Amino acid sequence: MYRYDEFDHEFVESRVAQFRDQVARRVSGELSEDNFKPIRLQNGVYLQLHAYMLRVAVPYGTLNSQQMRMLAHIARKYDRDYGHFTTRQNIQFNWPKLEDIPDILADLASVEMHAIQTSGNCIRNVTADHFAGASADEIADPRPYAEILRQWSTVHPEFLFLPRKFKIAVIGAGVDRAAMQFHDIGLEVKRNAADELGFGVFIGGGLGRTPMVAKQVRDFVAEADLLSYCEAILRVYNLSGRRDNKYKARIKILVHETGIDELKQQIEAEFERIREGVLKLPDEDVRSIEAYFAAPAFEELPNESAKLEAAQAADPGFARWVGRNVSAHKAPGYAIVTVALKGTGEAPGDATSAQMDVLAGLGEAYSFDELRVSHEQNVILPHVRLDDLKAVYDALLAHGMASANAGLITDIIACPGLDYCALATARSIPVAQEISQRFSDLDRQNEIGELKLKISGCINACGHHHAGHIGILGVEKRGEELYQVTLGGSGDETAAIGEIIGRGFASDEITNAVETLVDTYLARRLSDDETFLEAYRRMGPAPFKEALYPPAPATEAA
Amino acid sequence: MTDLKTPVVFTANRLRDGEVVWLGANGRWVETVDASLPATTQAEQTQLAAIAAQSDADNVIVEPYEIDVSLDAGSVTPVRFRERIRASGPTIRLDLGKQAQNTAHAA
Repeated sequence: MYRYDEFDHEFVESRVAQFRDQVARRVSGELSEDNFKPIRLQNGVYLQLHAYMLRVAVPYGTLNSQQMRMLAHIARKYDRDYGHFTTRQNIQFNWPKLEDIPDILADLASVEMHAIQTSGNCIRNVTADHFAGASADEIADPRPYAEILRQWSTVHPEFLFLPRKFKIAVIGAGVDRAAMQFHDIGLEVKRNAADELGFGVFIGGGLGRTPMVAKQVRDFVAEADLLSYCEAILRVYNLSGRRDNKYKARIKILVHETGIDELKQQIEAEFERIREGVLKLPDEDVRSIEAYFAAPAFEELPNESAKLEAAQAADPGFARWVGRNVSAHKAPGYAIVTVALKGTGEAPGDATSAQMDVLAGLGEAYSFDELRVSHEQNVILPHVRLDDLKAVYDALLAHGMASANAGLITDIIACPGLDYCALATARSIPVAQEISQRFSDLDRQNEIGELKLKISGCINACGHHHAGHIGILGVEKRGEELYQVTLGGSGDETAAIGEIIGRGFASDEITNAVETLVDTYLARRLSDDETFLEAYRRMGPAPFKEALYPPAPATEAA
Repeated sequence: MTDLKTPVVFTANRLRDGEVVWLGANGRWVETVDASLPATTQAEQTQLAAIAAQSDADNVIVEPYEIDVSLDAGSVTPVRFRERIRASGPTIRLDLGKQAQNTAHAA
């Protein structure tokens, strides 16, 4: 894993000291809120519905056990004993006192963590496939590139006051587990015909009030040109992106209004101008950063485990969990474990301090000291021996984290919604909880199969509802919560934006509506293997619409 | 002086710790909406707005704004659902926010 070098240490520590001074000057009145707000935002401090909120970056979703323990410590000492893993691989603390935040940041810095650029109109925490470095289908680990981008984008003087926030995701496999095409820049690590590493580059994806799937701007950018090409994109955006209207300021609008061909010409022209300059990546630098992410010392193991098979035969609950939450690893005898923070009726992504400590312990004991946070608000143990899966499961079960529902209808993404968020127009978590309860029967969930259900509490779409096979958007209408349903969205390599199916549903109707959609799918799918998304793509919205909005029976004349 | 169509109170977050507060009597910021001082006339509204702005300038609170409330037998209830959640806490965690403190007091 990447370790801070001397520069990183000094930088983060001086930033903490600087922010401590800024908080002191704010509290003393020397700085006004107008002065202070942009500063606190660039240090991850929001003012939310009930309190301040601190968003801590988990760069490319990777952390070690010591770091996870520190998150638990912060939740326990400064907050309300829990944290919320977000849809961008970050963690949020919902109740910190402003006066405590410098101490929290100092604690984070002691384990090489920070909250820099987790807010504000800058390049945000770079996200990556949460199976990076572990997945059997990987071309190359995307994290070294995410780290290179992190170093380049951290306090990049030219890009600290962009027209709007800017999000980058990197994937290393053909399968997209990071919703890459819904980012301002999406990078897909690939090899060209000459077997050289490089990137497919996508720009202008995003959710929010104007959802758009990213457009490919380059089929292949050589590894050495990663930063030059990204800098060219950012420079064109920084110059031409709109600043007159914050709702039209993201790069997706620039792509839409300018057209990808014209924009590509501008990007290519800038790229040509700077490609042989200081940003050209020397091979030895890339390889040395890659070394930080070198695979752990896997044992040579057979690809089957008699111990695992015996345990599965003896414990059907465990067998189910293995079937859903364990994924193929590139190293024989190992597996990737998805810890679904989605127990029946729980708030998606919330973990208590005690649970974080347990996860840290499991990472240390069974996963080479590594953990991941996924944008689907789960925690991943990336390198677990098949022989150890039962021990991991038993520990998770004892601490309420053994839900065998990864990828199923109750593995819901939900933003904090109106229960916490100052921008929200409706609640998300109670909707997630009720759906989770309604579909709690695992037999039924498995019968339904893969179904991504995503819920946002406002149009800003932190819950990625547009990318849900079933998406739910909560709005406020005449003082009441109303939930709009979209169908057919997808955040994978077949990225698509869900289509609004019809009028919205009241909070006490929305779970029934979801059930109607699911029953309609089950009644019409061609086989057990046809997923909800495939069935929707085959049939279109009509049968779902009919089921949701049956024609009113003809009223008899009185 | 003209009566307001709907009574209002002023709310904000306390600068130091972020606690949700409402403007009460004597220019004090209080921690429960019930203890807030509603304005029912335009004159009162103007005066409370001036106090809120001054508290903002004095760095006691941040981001003050006005909310509609209904008054019933001495209790003050925000009209908007958002503000009711703010006045009590997350609806999914009754152990957090004002509602938890209220329970603790009642116990």
